Amino acid sequence: MLKDFKQSILISIWFVFLTFPLMAVRVNTTEQMVEWRWMTILWVAIGSFVLSYAWRYFLAKKQLKKKDDEEGGKHSKLQLLMEDMNFRYKAMGVLLVLALVFPLVFDTYQNTIMISALIYVVLGLGLNISVGLAGLLDLGYVAFFAVGAYSYALLNYHFDLGFWTILPVGGILGCLFGVVLGFPILRLRGDYLAIVTLGFGMIIKVVLENWSSFSFGPSGIANIDKPGLFGMDMNIDSSTIYIYYIMIALVVFTILITNRLKNSRIGRAWIALREDEIACVAMGIDMARTKLSAYALGAFWAGMVGVLFAAKTTFINPASFTFMESAIILSIVVLGGMGSILGVILGAFILILLPEYLRAFSEYRMLAFGAAMVLMMIFRPQGIISGIRTKYEYKELKEETDNG
Amino acid sequence: MDYFLELFLGGLTRGSIYALIALGYTMVYGIIQLINFAHGEIYMIGAFVALIVAGILTIYGFAGISVLVLAAIAAIIWACAYGYTLEKIAYRPLRGAPRLSPLISAIGMSIFLQNYVLLAQTSDFLPFPNLIPDFEFMEPVAHIIGSPELVILITTFVTMILLTLLIKKTKVGKAMRATQQDMSMARLVGINVDRIISLTFIIGSALAAIGGVLVASYIGQVNFYIGFLAGVKAFTAAVLGGIGSIPGAVLGGLVLGWTESFAAGYVSSDYEDVFAFGLLVLILILRPAGILGKARKQKV
Repeated sequence: MLKDFKQSILISIWFVFLTFPLMAVRVNTTEQMVEWRWMTILWVAIGSFVLSYAWRYFLAKKQLKKKDDEEGGKHSKLQLLMEDMNFRYKAMGVLLVLALVFPLVFDTYQNTIMISALIYVVLGLGLNISVGLAGLLDLGYVAFFAVGAYSYALLNYHFDLGFWTILPVGGILGCLFGVVLGFPILRLRGDYLAIVTLGFGMIIKVVLENWSSFSFGPSGIANIDKPGLFGMDMNIDSSTIYIYYIMIALVVFTILITNRLKNSRIGRAWIALREDEIACVAMGIDMARTKLSAYALGAFWAGMVGVLFAAKTTFINPASFTFMESAIILSIVVLGGMGSILGVILGAFILILLPEYLRAFSEYRMLAFGAAMVLMMIFRPQGIISGIRTKYEYKELKEETDNG
Repeated sequence: MDYFLELFLGGLTRGSIYALIALGYTMVYGIIQLINFAHGEIYMIGAFVALIVAGILTIYGFAGISVLVLAAIAAIIWACAYGYTLEKIAYRPLRGAPRLSPLISAIGMSIFLQNYVLLAQTSDFLPFPNLIPDFEFMEPVAHIIGSPELVILITTFVTMILLTLLIKKTKVGKAMRATQQDMSMARLVGINVDRIISLTFIIGSALAAIGGVLVASYIGQVNFYIGFLAGVKAFTAAVLGGIGSIPGAVLGGLVLGWTESFAAGYVSSDYEDVFAFGLLVLILILRPAGILGKARKQKV
């Protein structure tokens, strides 16, 4: 007890020292002023003291849990409930009805927020294919999103092509970029892939900013057509509702496809690749094709939803496609639970809607995201909701354990 | 010819800074096979601490080279402290976890540190005082190379020699090399591996801080975001040279610096970053292990 206290005091002093120059001092060299902020240091001291206790507590708890798992992994009640097919269909039905009624109850502002949350759901599910299922860390995912958005904006501007024509084209273009980019780096290990995708994301942004004759530079493209419905004229309210429904359809489509993919032959190949590359290749799985397909399919969704993003905002410029966007999408996947579809959806709603409704909190949003990514990896690497692995068991064995 | 020489020396200056930061990446990667994404942030924090200390000192009437030295020392101390704490919080609990976990933790830490500085200080670009004096003897060649460049080149050169001596000649360096070759074997012969890893982070952070101070006083401004691009570039340099190899990091840094400098000088400065990453992709296709790296065989 006393040992813990002493340790926490030491940690607190250490953090005061650590944060001192950045938290306590603010220099203004132009006006020759130094501002000392002693109060913040007090907060740091108290905060780190309390947090060190929490840190120790959770670390001990994690250790205990590890032992439990070794004795025989148990799934939580929520997980078992999710696996129950009957419950699943009912829950999905209720959610779908709620989603369909939503725009009729709430106003345009709420609908717009919901649309952007849904965009992130699709992005998260797309990235989930490459990061969550295949274990290929992609840090430039937003580049494919940009490819989709710009393909709609440019094709619409130059050739006056409509939303519905471009929607699949955007997806295919994203897919193509995924293949082209994925091809040279297939031989490399995961961390190289991370850095190359990061570089690619930056290249796309630099090109979009500087190649003015192609992309109109930093000023972006305005007056992009909204999606049409048999040539009907729509005001802002009804077209927002229309986009909302398109988005719902897209989300349902994505969920259906990714769910089917996950349990397919190729989906299991992805998971095998994630778990152990060498063993996976030794089992006769074509590594190049499996990796490429994961990468390209992930990019496909980003391209498609990029088209929708451009149609929703009617204005795009390179500033929408920064590394921070990629980081947000990645944290959705990580926090939600890598590989778990429900987790990713939940993650997207929490990360996008929470800062939207807690405006005061939005300044600290990225700070919290970063901290949450670290803490999640340490204390709950499987995310909020982790998927249950399909496994085969002997029936008799199970009965025996139930009786005994 | 003068223009070529100017670009050459500019590239050399730039490349030596990349090399300084790349060394931190390469050393950490050599030991625990982790891309320390937050390394660029350590560099940024080093620059910020130097700015704050230099600001306080100039306001209270100090001037000249003493400010630079004191600011640099403070930057190194705090960067080391941050590097040490970073490893303890974000990476140590994840030892033995799947490879993706520490990588994501590193990215999280990078985002956290950026926004921590953003909130604690400011999002604006802060002017960094010009601490490197103009030497008189540099006057005749001033159109090709300025005094700041000279200071950067000399400092990085000396630092790298010290680092080489540390790794090659001292007992600690021997322990570091042993840990790099085989961690469990190193543990068996009585090396405190955890302490060596901490030390690696501390040395890497010190190098990054030196780079941060030099760049900040050379370019003249500091922002919470500078660490990100510098970190990515330095990592590119480390991969170019062959990650895990110390001479490789230096060579990679120089190659990257020259590529950028010549591309900016002869082609277009807008696409400087595109050339840097294009070079990375090219190297990874042709020689995945890097220029000096040896392809490691994977054993099961």
